[in-house]
Parts: sequence; C-alpha cells; structure tokens
Amino acid sequence: MSVKQIKVNAIKNGTVIDHITAGRVLKVIDILNINDNNSVMIGMNLNSRKIGKKDIVKIENRELSEQEANSIALISPNVTLIIIKDFEVTKKVELQMPDSIEKLIVCPNSKCITNSDEVTSKFKIDSISKTVRCHYCEKKYSLEELKIKI
Amino acid sequence: MKNLISMRDLSKQEILHLMEVAAKIEAGDIVPEMKRKVAALLFFEPSTRTMFSFDTAMKRMNGQTIIMSGTQNTSAKKGESFADTLQTIAQYSDIIIMRSPVEGSARLASEIVDVPVVNAGDGANQHPTQALLDLYSIIKTQGKLENLKIGLAGDLRFGRTVHSLAQAIAKFGAEFKFISPKFLQMPQYIKDDLSEQNIKFQEFVEMDGNIDDLDILYVTRIQKERFADPEDYEKVKGSYILEKSMLSNVKDNLKVLHPLPRVDEISTDVDDTEYAYYFPQAKNGVYTREAIIHILLGGE
Ligand SMILES: [Zn+2]
Repeated sequence: MSVKQIKVNAIKNGTVIDHITAGRVLKVIDILNINDNNSVMIGMNLNSRKIGKKDIVKIENRELSEQEANSIALISPNVTLIIIKDFEVTKKVELQMPDSIEKLIVCPNSKCITNSDEVTSKFKIDSISKTVRCHYCEKKYSLEELKIKI
Repeated sequence: MKNLISMRDLSKQEILHLMEVAAKIEAGDIVPEMKRKVAALLFFEPSTRTMFSFDTAMKRMNGQTIIMSGTQNTSAKKGESFADTLQTIAQYSDIIIMRSPVEGSARLASEIVDVPVVNAGDGANQHPTQALLDLYSIIKTQGKLENLKIGLAGDLRFGRTVHSLAQAIAKFGAEFKFISPKFLQMPQYIKDDLSEQNIKFQEFVEMDGNIDDLDILYVTRIQKERFADPEDYEKVKGSYILEKSMLSNVKDNLKVLHPLPRVDEISTDVDDTEYAYYFPQAKNGVYTREAIIHILLGGE
C-alpha cells in the first residue's frame, strides 16, 4: 500500500489526527496508547499546504477526546483532531497545549524524586515559552529536551 | 499556609507576615506554646546546624522533637516504602521537618501526610527556611527588603542558598552584584528569571573594590572539589576571601552575611567589625523557624 493510498483512504468511524510535525507520528501513537483492537493507518512526510511536510494518523473505531489528545501538542504544535462518524466529519478542532501533564514525561533531572520513587511525574506547562516545570524538583526544561515515557 | 516546601509558593505578603511574626517572637510579644507538641526531624542527609536550629526552635516553645538523622536509620533498607515511613512518622508527630538529597521529596511528603511538612533542604532544589532567615536578617538590619543593593559572592553556580535568596529578594526589587569565578557564575536560568522581573545585576570576578556601594554582602564558600585542577583553585581563591582591609570604604549600614559553616572565605579579623552579622544571622534562624512552626500549627 503506498503512502498516497493511505492518505486518501477514508475511515468509517474513528479519529484522524492531522498536521503532525513530520517524523513525529510514531511518538504520537505511543502517547495515545492505542490498543490492539483498533486499525491504525499512518502516513509520513505527506505534503501539506499548511505546514509543508506532515504526518497523519487514522484510528478506526476509536473516538479520542480532546483531553486525551491534547498531550500530543507537547511534541507537535498545530495538530488537528478530526472525529469521523459514518464517513462524515462530526468534529474538527486544533489541539491546545494542556496546562499540565502527568505520567507522560520523564524528568531529566536524575536527582528528582520521580526518578527514584514510585511517583507519577507531573509537569506544569508554559505554552508561551514552550517550557515545562517539574512539580517536584521544580527544574524548568524546554519541550525539546524532554523524553516521553512509553 | 499548610506546608513550607518552596519559596516559589510564598507570596510577598506571606513572607512579610512571617517576618513580622519572627520579630514578635524575638521581642517576646508572641510566646508560642508547644507543650505536648512533637516535631519529627527527618534528616535523610545529615546537617547538624539546620537540625540544631529546628531543635532549638521547637524546644524554646516547650515542644518536643523526635530525630532521625543520617541514612543508617532510614527504613529504606528494610524495604519499607518512603510513603509508609512518612505515614508512620506522621502518627507520632504534629509536624514533619525533612531534609533529603532527593529533589522534590519534601513536596511528595506533603502530598502523603496530613500533618504540615517543612522542607529543610531537598538536594539542589530548595531550602526555604534558610532563605527566610536570610530575609529576616536583611529586614532586621536594613529596616526594609525593598530596593537594596545586594552582593552575592563565592560559588554562585552550585549554591542553592544564593539562588533562593536572589529569587526571594527579587520579589521586592533589588540590584545585584554577582561576584564569582567565571565558571561558578550565577546560572543562566536564574539570570533569566531576574531579567524577566527587570532586576538589574552585574557580574564581577573580584570582591575587592566592588563592595563599597552594597547594603548586604552575602559570602558563600567555594569548594576546592569544584575545581578540576587544585592549582586553579589556589590561583583564584584569594579573590573571594573577605579581609578587614577591604571594608575601609563600605557603607555604614553594610552587613556581611554567610550561611555558615565558614572555612576561610571570611577572614576572622572581620568578626569584630560592625559589619559582621553571620553569627546573629544564625540566631535569627531560630526565631524564623519558631515563626514557621507557629504559623503552620495554626498560630496567627
Ligand atoms: Zn523533576
């Protein structure tokens, strides 16, 4: 199946995540924790009028809430969430950076309690400066230097 | 105020209120009564001075302390979790005062137990009671916290104390002189924080000649171990030792502070001058900690 075909393949019910920064789609799938029952189609390095090159993912039979999907904004800005029902677009929104994020990020500070104890990591996000601050060790990091926990 | 974990949690107003209570306790206008109250001092990393200071504060208020110090007493070895240790200690005590090399551990503790938690230092992160006693020493000697000229000297890169102090006093507007070897300069993220608040600062590599316009000179120790080559240390260390002779043109109201212990970064001949304030500063720590415990246990 070529990328071209995937791009045009429509799904009957489910979620499309569009305008993913090229090269990040696999990380997006990790974040979404998509279970084995869903068919997932991905497209990489597609041409986009909006952002040049983009990745895209289509998940069949699963409707993602904005809340579930918002953390994608951490690794890729300007992502669009599209909900499809019976081949019709029923919802289309640009994802917003959440104010805070739990679990998903590993604190880069090796002396942080979240790296030595059974603690859920928690970060406050400053979407303007594109930085996060660890709720526990209070260190500030740019979004670029963060590792996503899988 | 339910816990004292980080200076970042405190408003200007809360800081000033705390200063006021500390002053009243020092003057005897407030006499907190802690009879039948127990403070647990959990020092997962030894710090005799800080522990004694809290212990003294509690005892001056007729309270009791239970003390766990050093790593050998921690239950970690027996396989008990941090959460269980804290839960248990919380059953015996009215307040938990905790020091640990693990950053964020005091915050986590405060989320586990119902009694108030005081952070007595969590690694390189925060040491709010030190910052508050420094502020108390400043307001006591200068009559205000606003718009002072403050020199911070020594190891500004790894010194948690100077970081917290710079951030705390910046809330009141200040002008800073940072005096340190080039590779031990104030970290960029602190300088960014200050710039964002329009706080002016200058950087110097020499103490001598750069302290005459200061209201406060805060000296910290430069550890030899920070230098890869011990010879480099010998070369620069003289530039960060405060000698009595450097004080001939300073302002009358200048006070020299130091978190202690001092090694040789303040020459002992400075001790007899009117500028030396590091020992009273340690005493101020007791009043400040009394005030903190008093407020956290429901005092006004
Ligand atoms: Zn952290």
